Amino acid sequence: MISKRDKEAVGQRLLERFRQAGAQEISPDILLPAESLLDLYGEDIRARAYVTQDPIRGEMMLRPDFTVPVVQAHMASGAEPARYCYLGEVFRKQDSGDVRPEKSRDHEYLQCGFELFTRDPDADAEVFALFHDALQSLGLRAEMGDMGLLLDAVSGLPLTRARADALMHHIWRPGRFSRLLDRFSKPGVSRCFPDTGQTWAGLRSEDEMIRRIARLQGDAAVPPLAPVWTERLDRLFALRAPASKALPALGELAADMPAIAPAVDRIVARMAAIAHRGIDLDGVIFDASHGRTTMEYYDGFTFTFQADRAGWPPVASGGRYDALTLVLGKGREIPAVGGIIRPGLVAELEASA
Amino acid sequence: MIRLGVPSKGRLMEQTFDWFAERGVKLSRSGSDREYSGRVEGAPGVSLVLLSAGEIPRELAAGRIELGVTGTDLVREKLAGWSSDLVELAPMGFGHANLILAVPECWRDCIDLDDFAAIARDFRSEHGFRLRIATKYHRLVRAWLSAQEVADYQLVDSQGATEGTVANQTAEAIADITSSGETLRANNLRILDEPPILRSQATLFANRNAVKPSLQRFAAHLGLELPCINATQATAQA
Repeated sequence: MISKRDKEAVGQRLLERFRQAGAQEISPDILLPAESLLDLYGEDIRARAYVTQDPIRGEMMLRPDFTVPVVQAHMASGAEPARYCYLGEVFRKQDSGDVRPEKSRDHEYLQCGFELFTRDPDADAEVFALFHDALQSLGLRAEMGDMGLLLDAVSGLPLTRARADALMHHIWRPGRFSRLLDRFSKPGVSRCFPDTGQTWAGLRSEDEMIRRIARLQGDAAVPPLAPVWTERLDRLFALRAPASKALPALGELAADMPAIAPAVDRIVARMAAIAHRGIDLDGVIFDASHGRTTMEYYDGFTFTFQADRAGWPPVASGGRYDALTLVLGKGREIPAVGGIIRPGLVAELEASA
Repeated sequence: MIRLGVPSKGRLMEQTFDWFAERGVKLSRSGSDREYSGRVEGAPGVSLVLLSAGEIPRELAAGRIELGVTGTDLVREKLAGWSSDLVELAPMGFGHANLILAVPECWRDCIDLDDFAAIARDFRSEHGFRLRIATKYHRLVRAWLSAQEVADYQLVDSQGATEGTVANQTAEAIADITSSGETLRANNLRILDEPPILRSQATLFANRNAVKPSLQRFAAHLGLELPCINATQATAQA
């Protein structure tokens, strides 16, 4: 059992490493207004975050992650480019289903993070190399992916805009995504919407319904997506290989799916920049679907560093979240990439080494 | 002593009394109608505790009663990891109700959950906030919608008159318990064409730690098979 003080000491050491990389330390509040977190993450966050009530400020949450408050602080007052680092607790509850797990996960643990706000295209490589270097001695498995690649692939399918948008919206929900794709791959079924003479009730307006019915009726006449596209998409989503071997495979896929060519070029450039920083690409796994299981706000590069321990979450994780800065920036936006390390897990690995 | 918790009023109490009477155990309220204490005849070593049905799950989990009658809906909503603490001894065949998701009858374009998910997405982009579902079954509804991969919604708390929230524009849909569906129809709501979130009925529960010879004798008296499960086995299944 590692003491909190030892975990804190590891956190301070990592924080110092991030400071040396030019980051300015910030300390977001522990109690955060629930509203923007709820709007961003949806109901799922209530199952994971501790919600409490303030008589004046309303619903508050115990900090479930740092990214949102760091982005808010930067959008409110930051100059660019900016590098931030932080160390502090996050709080996650575990809502077990029917059976209580034998060993409950930590409900409060430290995160040490680094976030980079810049328009420099080299930023992904800078962040990945920094984390790679800080974790080097631990023998972790590095994996990366790119949500932009998947989103471009879907966006480039020969589908109507509405169909492509629906697929992109649900890309983080594999079941719903494949059901939609399946539906779009079959001839449209025209549905009847018999008028039952009901009087209207509720905030959703009759006009909204009429517009949706018109869209559905128009959609029924759209020809199905040719099977070859689903095969290509499946091949892309299933691509998982050492980064050095994944690049040629991506090139081949781009020949069949021209829409992903710019994303593939970006990935090639990123890999070259990472290799240029002295990292062996044979030792990094590229998994095209990597980002589908991470936070929904990542919309580009994603990465994790994983220990070979059953049931452990990643020791470190991060990614690019350009769209989040747009959502939280009230009209302003800036490309941003960053990640966190869990000092408690690093301390455990070091203690057992 | 085995303490048996039973709902303290209404049809649920009467039907519970009938259920035990059919099995040779006479439960009754002692004294006046207003007094919450009870009597047990025909089963030595068992005492009756009259409680609000909503409090029975908590009392069972805490071990302050060994047996309790309440709805499966309340146990599953109120107790995270319920099956690690409680065991279902017998579904009692009354108090049937389904937890369902209902939308305004006038939504002609909303038949199943796929429609609902698409409408929630449209609603969010049109109105700038997530489609609201009024409920008091937060954990069950959230877990179900998460498993069904529905996004773009939020739950709003409603502890009563939930069916009225849509007309009052404080919610766009509701998730609630219904048995006949009459209240839903009266409020111009329609159940989505999906299996219910949960099928509930009045059930006799026991605290796992209370499964001892005395409880086994009582269960045999009631004609029930008492599953031979203890707490350690239950957590090992996880």
